[in-house]
Amino acid sequence: MIRSITRQKSEEEIDHLLDGLGRVFIIGCGTCTTLTRTGGEPEVRAMKERLSGQGRLVTGDMVLPVACDNLTGEALEEYGQQIDQADVLLIMTCAFGVQTIARQLEKMVVPALDTLFIGKENGIGQFDEICTQCGTCVLGETVGICQVTSCNKGLVNGHCGVTNNGKCEIDSEKDCAWTLIYNRLKDLGRLDSMRTLQKPRNHQGEPSPGKFILSA
Amino acid sequence: MISSFKKALESGKFVVTSEVAPPKGTNMEKMPHHIELLKDKVDAMNVTDHQSSVMRFPSLGGALLVKEMGGEPILQMTCRDRNRLALQADLLFAASRGINNVLCLTGDSVILGDHKEAKGVFDLDSSQLLAAIRRLEKGKDLGGNDLDGSVSFCAGAIVTPEADPIEPQLIKFEKKIEAGAEFIQTQAVYDLDNFKQFMEYAKQFPVKILAGIILLTSAPMARFMNKNVAGVNVPQELIDEMASAPKGRALDKGIEIAGRMIKRIRDEEMCDGVHVMAIGREEVVPDILSAAALI
Repeated sequence: MIRSITRQKSEEEIDHLLDGLGRVFIIGCGTCTTLTRTGGEPEVRAMKERLSGQGRLVTGDMVLPVACDNLTGEALEEYGQQIDQADVLLIMTCAFGVQTIARQLEKMVVPALDTLFIGKENGIGQFDEICTQCGTCVLGETVGICQVTSCNKGLVNGHCGVTNNGKCEIDSEKDCAWTLIYNRLKDLGRLDSMRTLQKPRNHQGEPSPGKFILSA
Repeated sequence: MISSFKKALESGKFVVTSEVAPPKGTNMEKMPHHIELLKDKVDAMNVTDHQSSVMRFPSLGGALLVKEMGGEPILQMTCRDRNRLALQADLLFAASRGINNVLCLTGDSVILGDHKEAKGVFDLDSSQLLAAIRRLEKGKDLGGNDLDGSVSFCAGAIVTPEADPIEPQLIKFEKKIEAGAEFIQTQAVYDLDNFKQFMEYAKQFPVKILAGIILLTSAPMARFMNKNVAGVNVPQELIDEMASAPKGRALDKGIEIAGRMIKRIRDEEMCDGVHVMAIGREEVVPDILSAAALI
């Protein structure tokens, strides 16, 4: 299942965003941010304690089952009064959840998290970016390893020249995408596909902001 | 117009290139000094492009200065900071000012430099930039539009002969030649027996190879490169030789080693020439060339 991977903003940044807003309602999410421990029950509770300790009034808190779901509006209604009392909603969901909530309520919203990438859990507590939704899928050239997402430079013509023992030059924890691709192609006897000189990518497969209308 | 560097490559002589780095700022004391020192001793000098992703005076401006001072510039262009419009535009400008040698590089990641929050562009890569140059020469831009006025370049790229594993590096090397590379300046080589093996393979391609020589300035510097620079491997005996230098004489030892390596490459006709990188010690390049009995 694809997951929205998030990281909590620094306390300093959250405090700055909440400057002058004394009454806060906190919203977490029971799905992705619970999995990444950035906006589940324990994190919402900890945030509540921290803000209360600063002398702010936390008018209430809740953890939506799936913040990006259409039913979020109904779930929020249950907390109508506590939400009304708040100056601001501090939202501990991914950016998708923040925008879903912002569309439902005439209320100031502040995200407590940064949304890092769309990825999947590849091991306990390890999340990897899978797809940047570039709009021009090139996975056919690389037997299913995305060079656009997994290479720091998004290169489509092979290694950048600074592969360090199969790791990326920017971080020894990150695999070099082209080493993975090379190994996979070699195993499959398909190295020739690496020899094809790829043309410059189309970066406007779907010009931002993306919109898709189902034809009648 | 055929550049003098291209003529040198085609002449069959042992070609020597070096490099100059534009300043961090507008202080133009050091760079012209290095250009003056080197311009008559090397066939061309590379002008680095925000090397290691550190913002500096632009390579295009530096190449122009080399040209104005009567030297032969090789414009280094990375794909890190410019999209395909900007790269093509800079190539047009370069051509208009008589800068006709280009070294095409993908470029280091932004995050390794001194503007860590900047956006890395990488709209093209090194082989696509080479292909773009060949397309411009045919009178078309990457959008398929006709150009008013012609351009002509001597275009090159780099290779890392010590890469491990080597096969993906060689695949990329062949793609760069297919895309239009006429010359290759290699990453630093120190183990010349290894390099000879690489050249046995590389000789089958229609491309001129200049072996990369990085001046060793101390034993710790050599160890640092082994640890931190992918694709650079200084053999232990060279490190020991550097360490054996009397106190304060390590640089002399490095000059001696570089000169010796260049001489061997030339005497054994391993490749078409050398690219000497003295990273920050450009003033000793003439000493290296002298140690190699080239001047």
